[in-house]
Amino acid sequence: MPKRLINLTVNGEAYEVAVEPWWSLLYTVREELGLTGSKEGCGTGDCGACSMLVDGRLVTSCIMLAVEADGCQVTTIEGLATDGNLHPVQQAFVEKGAVQCGYCIPGMVMAAYDLLRRNPNPTLEEVRLGLAGNLCRCTGYAKIYEAVLAAAERMRGD
Amino acid sequence: MASARRSLNVVGKPLPRVDAWGKATGRTRYADDLSLPRMLYGRLLLSTQPHALIKRIDVSRALELEGVVAVITGRDVPVRYGIMPVGQDETALAVDKVRYAGEPVAAVAALDEDTAEEALSLIEVEYEPLRPIMSIEEALRLPEPRIHDYVPAGNIHRLASLEFGDVAQGFAEADYVREDLFFFQGNTHLPMEQHSALAYWDPAEGKLTLWSSTQTPHYVQRALAKALELPENRVRVIATPVGGGFGGKSDPFHHEICAAKLSMLTGRPVKITLTREEVFYAHRGRHPELMWVRTGVKRDGRITAMEFQAFLDGGAYSSYGPATTYYAGTFQTITYRIPHYRFQAVRVFTNKPPCGPKRGHGTPQPRYALEVHLDKLAHDLGLDPVELRLRNLTGPNEVTVNWLHITSNGLRQCIERIVEASGWREKRGRLPYGRGIGFAVSAYMCGAGLPIYYNDMPHSEVQVKVDRSGNVTAYSMAIDIGQGSDTVIATVVAEVLGLYPEDIRLVTADTDLTPIDLGSYSSRVTMMVGNAAYEAAMKARQLIFRAAARELGVPVRRLEARDRTVFDRRDPSRALPFAEAARLAEARFGLISTIGSYRPPQRLGTYKGSGVGPSPAYSYSACAVEVQCDPETGEVKVEKVWLAHDIGRPINPILVEGQIEGSVYMALGEVLMEEQAFRKGQHRAPSMLDYKSPTIKEMPPVVSILVETDEPRGPFGAKEVGQGPLLCVIPAVANAVYDALGVRIDETPITPEKVLKALDEKAKGGPGRVGPERKPDFAFREPTRVERPPGWPHYRPHEEG
Repeated sequence: MPKRLINLTVNGEAYEVAVEPWWSLLYTVREELGLTGSKEGCGTGDCGACSMLVDGRLVTSCIMLAVEADGCQVTTIEGLATDGNLHPVQQAFVEKGAVQCGYCIPGMVMAAYDLLRRNPNPTLEEVRLGLAGNLCRCTGYAKIYEAVLAAAERMRGD
Repeated sequence: MASARRSLNVVGKPLPRVDAWGKATGRTRYADDLSLPRMLYGRLLLSTQPHALIKRIDVSRALELEGVVAVITGRDVPVRYGIMPVGQDETALAVDKVRYAGEPVAAVAALDEDTAEEALSLIEVEYEPLRPIMSIEEALRLPEPRIHDYVPAGNIHRLASLEFGDVAQGFAEADYVREDLFFFQGNTHLPMEQHSALAYWDPAEGKLTLWSSTQTPHYVQRALAKALELPENRVRVIATPVGGGFGGKSDPFHHEICAAKLSMLTGRPVKITLTREEVFYAHRGRHPELMWVRTGVKRDGRITAMEFQAFLDGGAYSSYGPATTYYAGTFQTITYRIPHYRFQAVRVFTNKPPCGPKRGHGTPQPRYALEVHLDKLAHDLGLDPVELRLRNLTGPNEVTVNWLHITSNGLRQCIERIVEASGWREKRGRLPYGRGIGFAVSAYMCGAGLPIYYNDMPHSEVQVKVDRSGNVTAYSMAIDIGQGSDTVIATVVAEVLGLYPEDIRLVTADTDLTPIDLGSYSSRVTMMVGNAAYEAAMKARQLIFRAAARELGVPVRRLEARDRTVFDRRDPSRALPFAEAARLAEARFGLISTIGSYRPPQRLGTYKGSGVGPSPAYSYSACAVEVQCDPETGEVKVEKVWLAHDIGRPINPILVEGQIEGSVYMALGEVLMEEQAFRKGQHRAPSMLDYKSPTIKEMPPVVSILVETDEPRGPFGAKEVGQGPLLCVIPAVANAVYDALGVRIDETPITPEKVLKALDEKAKGGPGRVGPERKPDFAFREPTRVERPPGWPHYRPHEEG
């Protein structure tokens, strides 16, 4: 079976990629585009480490086929920091000590970024709900939700 | 160190970790993020059988598949290895026999992952099944079939049997004796990062390089050399940032050796990344453990004697098991004065993935048993469980009955702070039905006092180089597994030289470039690498100060380094920028490159088995847990956790809190839901969906309290925090469930089913307990009698020179 040619716009850059029809979006972005910031923690959509945005929707990219993303705008962790400046969500993760081993963090940051776009002023419970699809084994989550609440405050400019 | 402490600049400050930026942006390169030109992709074929002879393996069809470059089986990598010298019982691929479902039997290297995957399906393996041995009871009862034939008898792997003092006399002095049985279920580390290794054999140099997500690059180097029959100096291991370890990446692994062998055969780089399912089989996690404890006390609660027996389910291989066997009984004595103590343990082989060290290595199980047992004892005696503990505590500068040397000891302060913060006295026994509060304490070592293999060399060495730009580089084999070792090294060196952690370049975890560190295990890194880094930095500072003193015309002893400046303490206007001082030092002395080496103090005990337990220092923790239980559903919800930890002094309080919160989290998973369980020889739930672990929604608030005792042996007074705080949380939850509902769940995890069963039994007039009913019928050998330290508990060792 021949590979399929698809078009992806990833972090604002256009790519034409030849993919097997069974390749996941995660695999394609990591192996074909060399963007290794998004992680595979399970390969079955359970842990959230591969979270990215596809046309503005948060997905677990390890269980989305690359061909399904044909023609889509994709944002990965590499697309958040601009001109060497951390996004406020990333800044808060760094300052609040929300990072330990760091493996879940790209997905966690993407989920938090998505949450704060939809809900700029979340309660703690809403943060918990927004990040419930992302597992972390190091932090006990406390510094992660503290970071998300701090980022929300900073982004609102209060 | 106390006088230096007044002016600490970066130690003890809540600064961001030095590796946070890379991790928050996705730039940190973990092992699976690496690739090399012409790299091949490797995969492992796993045994479908828990216990079977391999009659035939046919790889010919796999080799014929286009894109397959090499296939190997056990015959290609037959040399035995293992993490411990006494446990050389593994091979990279099974030879003639498989011992657990999921054990690798063949490995493939192909041009791409799809082809490698397809090739696995073309390998034919013919098994002759043997009866699988799946439990402690079966292993003790059935001498045949034997899982290994190198051990003296049946399926018994290791034994320990020790007696300190005279237990019979101790029980004779008791007013009251109680005994209990507990079972601790096995569970696994579940690191977010799946293990991964990239190997490259360079035929021109005759040298192997392995990039791997390992906690122990030095031990992996040794195992690779042995398994592949290469000289050690032809093997370079580079540990990549580890995406979660918790002990699970401390052994040499199949995929590391297979990737290396496949690279040697093909002349091309080979990467093998485990699937999530394979990570469950790689395991080396918590031993399932059946425990029996019997304690004699005086009427006022003072302990007169204790007997502790442990039955450990080791899985199919040794791993760290010989050490784990002793950890079942070693640390009971560092929290409590036990005048007469007998400890016996047996580790058995079963047909399951090998067990090994998980956070707390072999000590969460006995700590759970001990702390719930003492809670019951207190109730029997009509004592507050906190009071019972206070009457038996060890103190600072004390030697335990089993010859462990306690230096600083903040356990009493931890308890006092927890009682105060949690409202223990107002809450215990007084909360409405369904709500309860539980209490427990624990302790852990700051690094194993002995290396894995016997040698008399340092355990940690650090090199500090200062170049003429003023750039400072610290070299250390320590690997950051998320615990923050990079930040600890940078902070210690920066403090000494008057710089900031971000000023320190780090070269770490590379067996070619960095001096030894034995690895990120046993909570040893802050203590051992921290001390080595301190010594190396002090030597560099001395050279820089001597050069600066001459330039500034002030005595060396008046100089201080701070804010990237070297200055006269008496007249701070006499100052040099650090970089200028570094140039002067290089002009005068040549290359400024200094070293520090750390080796732990000599152990005090000399008996067989005394190698497990000694440590430069011990950390202490106490915690209270408040739960809300639903008697209708059996659900236990943890409302809040208060945890006080004797940290000595924090190098970085944010990182310390992070370790406490992470320990609490991991403990809650173990006590309430996590199970590495098996059915019909197969792992019941080898996926992240089915292996239940707490999400952000289940995590309760944690109140972290740092108790500072300024450990004299720690760098800037610091002790460990990565493992100790986990230990007391598990029994505190169990004790809280009892306070809430009046039932005892003497078996982890405490699931709703067990709570309901206990409530049901209680309603029918029973004791309201779920847990093991009987101790296995096993005759331990007579214990080796060990004399107590003379004058115990008042014995004082000679001061160190």
